[in-house]
Amino acid sequence: MQWKSLGDFVHMGGYGLYVWGSYAVTLAVMAAEAQITARRLRRAFSSAKQGDRA
Amino acid sequence: MVPWFWGVAIVLGIAGLVVGFAIAPTDFQQGDAYRIIFIHVPAAWMSMLIYLVLAFWAAWGWMLNARLASMYARALAPTGALFTFIALWTGALWGKPTWGTWWVWDARLTSEFILLLLYVGYMALTEAIDDARRSAHAGALLALVGAVNVPIIYFSVRWWNTLHQGATISMTTAPKMVSTMLTSMLLLTLSFWAYSFAVVFTRTRAFVLEEEADTEWVRLLTAGAKGN
Repeated sequence: MQWKSLGDFVHMGGYGLYVWGSYAVTLAVMAAEAQITARRLRRAFSSAKQGDRA
Repeated sequence: MVPWFWGVAIVLGIAGLVVGFAIAPTDFQQGDAYRIIFIHVPAAWMSMLIYLVLAFWAAWGWMLNARLASMYARALAPTGALFTFIALWTGALWGKPTWGTWWVWDARLTSEFILLLLYVGYMALTEAIDDARRSAHAGALLALVGAVNVPIIYFSVRWWNTLHQGATISMTTAPKMVSTMLTSMLLLTLSFWAYSFAVVFTRTRAFVLEEEADTEWVRLLTAGAKGN
């Protein structure tokens, strides 16, 4: 492994902001999409269960 | 089946990150900035692959009047748009330190941006038309015409002189990268692929329940289950 310390790992050879900015946004939007889709399914299920969609 | 895809996505995702950050060496030209490739290339691949799958199901649904196929196509669009956005975002954050600019209107970047517009346009069009058949028809037309853009994205770095680097991986020659880098990229591609399956299946189920809420089988299904 090429990282001497945690600080070194975060620093990412001077590119920390770019590398972690990429990974953080990717993870955030994927997690958000998963969350929104799961909630949409739950809502569709419960409103279908009630059966009285106006 | 969906939880299984989630599991694969998470396990392969973690494995890909471990290989990419703990094992793969620092690039001698680009330093550690190149590590963005592990999500950039898989996201760009998925953005193009999902579009082709979308166009296929949209056309299928339109020609055979198959409603489930059209729902599949509609369920694919947000995920495809998401990966297109990730490809553009990570590309900008990679371009800044290596090219000195976040964005440039070269062939590769412009055609990928057009892909994002196609996804958004497809979603807006299919949402705007209430009648399911007309919506599927119009969506399929847009998806098929837009499919021309996918080969343009893929071959843009060969056809035009672009700032974007050429393909790192090709079918015909040995990859120009260390095998641990390649391993990480492929693991994350499979992870994104499993993620897409999980999220698109979930969304399709939601669409089906929303549109078929008045039918007998949905009543039977929901009556027997506790929800969720």
